Amino acid sequence: MKHGKWPLLATFLLPPLALYAYFVLSPYAQTFVISTTDWHGLSRNYNVVGLDNFKKLWNDEHVWNALLHNLWLLLLLPVVTILIGLFLATMLNVGGRSGRITGVRGSSFYKLVYFSPQMLSVAVIGVLWTEVYNPRSGLLNAALRAIGLDGLAQIWLGDPDVALWAIVAVMVWANVGFYVVLFGAAMQSVPKDIYEAAALDGASRFATMFKITVPLLWDTIQVAWVYLAIIAMDSFALVQIMTRGGPSFSTDVIGERVYDVSFGDSQFGYGSAIGVVMFFLTLSITVVALQLTRRERIELS
Amino acid sequence: MSAQDLTRRTVLRAGAGAVAAAGSAGLLSGCALGDDEPETKSDKYEGTKSDKNPLGVKEDAPLEVVIFNGGFGEDYAKAHEAMYKETYPKAEVKHSAVVEINKTLQPRFVDGTPPDFINDSGAGAIPLGDLVAQNQLADLTPLLDAPSLDVPGKKVRETLLPGAVEAGTFGSGVYVLNYAYSAYGIFYSRKLFADKGWAYPKTWDEHIALCKTIKAAGIAPWTYAGKHPRYFSWAVLSTAIKLGGNSVALAIDNLEPNAWTSDAMKTAADAWYQVVKDKYILEGSPGLDHKQSQAEWCKGKAAMIPNGSWLESEQKDVTPAGFNMSIAPTPSLSAGDKLPFEAIRGTAGEPYVVPAKAKNERGGMELMRHMLSMKGAKDFTGKVSSLTIVAGAADGVTLPPGLSSVVDALKASGSNGFNWVYPVYYRKLERNLVDAACGDFFSGRTTPEEFLKACQKGADEIAADSSFKKYKRTA
Repeated sequence: MKHGKWPLLATFLLPPLALYAYFVLSPYAQTFVISTTDWHGLSRNYNVVGLDNFKKLWNDEHVWNALLHNLWLLLLLPVVTILIGLFLATMLNVGGRSGRITGVRGSSFYKLVYFSPQMLSVAVIGVLWTEVYNPRSGLLNAALRAIGLDGLAQIWLGDPDVALWAIVAVMVWANVGFYVVLFGAAMQSVPKDIYEAAALDGASRFATMFKITVPLLWDTIQVAWVYLAIIAMDSFALVQIMTRGGPSFSTDVIGERVYDVSFGDSQFGYGSAIGVVMFFLTLSITVVALQLTRRERIELS
Repeated sequence: MSAQDLTRRTVLRAGAGAVAAAGSAGLLSGCALGDDEPETKSDKYEGTKSDKNPLGVKEDAPLEVVIFNGGFGEDYAKAHEAMYKETYPKAEVKHSAVVEINKTLQPRFVDGTPPDFINDSGAGAIPLGDLVAQNQLADLTPLLDAPSLDVPGKKVRETLLPGAVEAGTFGSGVYVLNYAYSAYGIFYSRKLFADKGWAYPKTWDEHIALCKTIKAAGIAPWTYAGKHPRYFSWAVLSTAIKLGGNSVALAIDNLEPNAWTSDAMKTAADAWYQVVKDKYILEGSPGLDHKQSQAEWCKGKAAMIPNGSWLESEQKDVTPAGFNMSIAPTPSLSAGDKLPFEAIRGTAGEPYVVPAKAKNERGGMELMRHMLSMKGAKDFTGKVSSLTIVAGAADGVTLPPGLSSVVDALKASGSNGFNWVYPVYYRKLERNLVDAACGDFFSGRTTPEEFLKACQKGADEIAADSSFKKYKRTA
């Protein structure tokens, strides 16, 4: 067995690694080079400008403004999505109180409902919610008015104070289903007797959640956190479809900046510089998130 | 140590190694940057010039055409290509229609293998100013000096409406053929106004009085594309230019200091502020995009909307029968306005270009010559309900109500017509900066003074940024 191991491994690993290097690593490497040029992206001509793009970036208020929005997303999106995901997963898997440890009635149906946004592409979600948020004929304002909450009706995506949160809500909606399923699967692997013991000891649902579920699911939550942090640092697609960063740059994110500067202003050099900064930010955040959330592993079996 | 950690670290280390390798080896083969290969003339398809073939098109050379698949669709282009095929039966015309011109064609520009003819339009267009600045476009002067296809005794240049060539002029060359002729103004439903006994206002006082009446009738006087609020900047600029004359537009186009805070702009912004303050704008408008706001207007929820002459074909499917839409100039601010009430912004738009590195550059221009024939232009107007820059091409074509009102308005405006081109020179200034300032102003978050200051700040930002090539115009 040992004799034939390497040729076999190489056969399987080398082609994908080569593809990965060519289509992922090489563009990354090129971005670093391009970020030190004034390349306009319309010809092969360019001048090397050193760190000028990074200096420009440092003084670009639009970049800082976009970065601030990414940070808000970074703070909110993982926390809100994970909390809602945990709550729903608990209800669907161990929330029932019929004597056995099981989910609430109809839990398989709810699982399907929560997961369904995952089946839609981001583009569809963006267009769908743009219409839901339409201040005049949208579903949301119509529903609020129908139940007499006219005062809560908003211009949503047209109001700079509200637009970003409206987009956060869509991101939570779109992502939470996946984490309900993910956390649910993790909960299934937690031995039932632990929950039974807690129930016998008279632990409240709240205590069960934070003293038992969260610690036992910590690995999964950690993964969820990293994924959501990356989604928060990106969030380009929804913003591009729903607001293009408006009104008045109130929903601008770094991804939208990169796109707008590169494709809108034909400044691919500068756009790449923003991308490079973004790369390091996302990398650092991922490393920090993994470090901060590191805990002792709990052996279940 | 867990297996997970080991994997992550190994992967990271391998990744760093790959990056370093790529960096030390210089650039990889599939790289975007590189040396500009010297161009050899013999790469291009060239035929012999003759009376029938003034541009010297190679008769059997293939022609690649890329059309923006937007409001005008692609059928009109297929008709033009069919005309070309009739003249050159041996030529193979490769037609494609895409929405995102930039994403589709940018790599081909970099590669030096662009198509022969591009309709560079839409939200995903490649900024024209940059294409010109990077020497990527062919000078269209040979085309303009060639004889017209079906107007005997005239050069192509002589068959066009005034201002059409200027709209595609950057510095000393003409690089863009702006084929459609658009008017920008205020749109209203003649039916609604007639039913209610309202008359379109010619002066600002009449306009405010009418707004009061309309509001009292339970209709919003105005709506606008709140998510693209620059549409309303067209109305503000128009009123200011009519008040202060063409120099207002010239100063803005040339990025002169304080161009946006001139007296005429201040008076205009103050005037429009009343529309905001007195809530003459349909509630919720800031959250509507262009289609949604136009739909509200077509439903009769709002009486007037700032827009352009493409509106009628854009709203074709949702305009109620008998709606009878009409364009009108912006009301005059004062009796001392430099331009009369009838003056309206007319400009050649919808850009078509031939890349400088197109293999069949001559064929691309020849296709333009077919478009600019009387037959080609009439066909376009009939198919997409838009005027062209070919003078008199709409005569005898049955026009829908909106478009015939545009023809009348342009005729009445005559030599008083005006235009501004800063959005063509500096896309970012209109699309991002003025747009954002308009959004704040027309939803009541800023005062007129703050609004103009924000626009000026945007213009100054562009003026100070050496990465934008600057263009000047003198008339």
